[in-house]
Amino acid sequence: MRPLFALFIGLLFGAGLALSGMTSPAKVQGFLDISGAWDPSLAFVMAGAIGIGLVLFRVARRRLPPPSHRIDPALVGGSVLFGVGWGLVGYCPGPALTALGSLDPKALTFVAAMLAGTVLQRFVASLRVPAGGLGRPAGDATANACGA
Amino acid sequence: MVIDWQNFTPLASLAGGVVIGISAGLLAARSGRILGVSGFVSGFFEADKEWTARLALIAGLILAPLLIGTVHTLPSVVPDVGWTAVIAGGLLVGFGTRLASGCTSGHGVCGLSRLSLRSAVATGTFMASAIATVFVLRHLA
Repeated sequence: MRPLFALFIGLLFGAGLALSGMTSPAKVQGFLDISGAWDPSLAFVMAGAIGIGLVLFRVARRRLPPPSHRIDPALVGGSVLFGVGWGLVGYCPGPALTALGSLDPKALTFVAAMLAGTVLQRFVASLRVPAGGLGRPAGDATANACGA
Repeated sequence: MVIDWQNFTPLASLAGGVVIGISAGLLAARSGRILGVSGFVSGFFEADKEWTARLALIAGLILAPLLIGTVHTLPSVVPDVGWTAVIAGGLLVGFGTRLASGCTSGHGVCGLSRLSLRSAVATGTFMASAIATVFVLRHLA
């Protein structure tokens, strides 16, 4: 991955996030609030991204390891925790990073806490809690690992 | 169910989603990589050789809305919640996404595009838990 290409991908991804409305915590929470005044816009983001993604990832499939279908407690438990944090603030990792440019103290603090959470997970994993516990070995190269 | 028509932006959201899908698909096709933000961030804590590329991708993410913001008004990126929620939310997102090996981009966009059962379970779980959290915050608390 060349730095210039990575910069291009970051710009494209960031532009998509900004245009789609994903960078607005209020809009994200409006989407998640299905029993209030529901804003379904972000379902269209998923539809657009996965619609084109199905085609492009099919083209790219020889370049990637086959997708994993392994379901384990770490996957489910981690996703539950992530969802609570996402709902609480309205930031998932991508939009949190795009918000750094605003230099808003809350955006900066959120990203600092997110980094601390990342480090904490690595530390807990390094303690090698027995299976079913909080730990996933730090070097676990799950085929679908984010950014693997 | 009441639709919030005032804030509903189907076309911009669909277009933005397509751009997100193209960026993830291009990275996969050219570099054989999954565009997962939590994974890219966590890479900084690993002894790998792609520090520059990771930093460049994140720089692009930060620059994009600033560039677009010069020609087009974007909604506020500031969360309207208290400091405790900001800190707790950040910790949960960082810890949870790494434990689950992925977030909205890695599991939600890339994994679902690859028809991964693992990513479908992750996406269903974090969506359900986020919806439940907002429900508790707005309608029970």
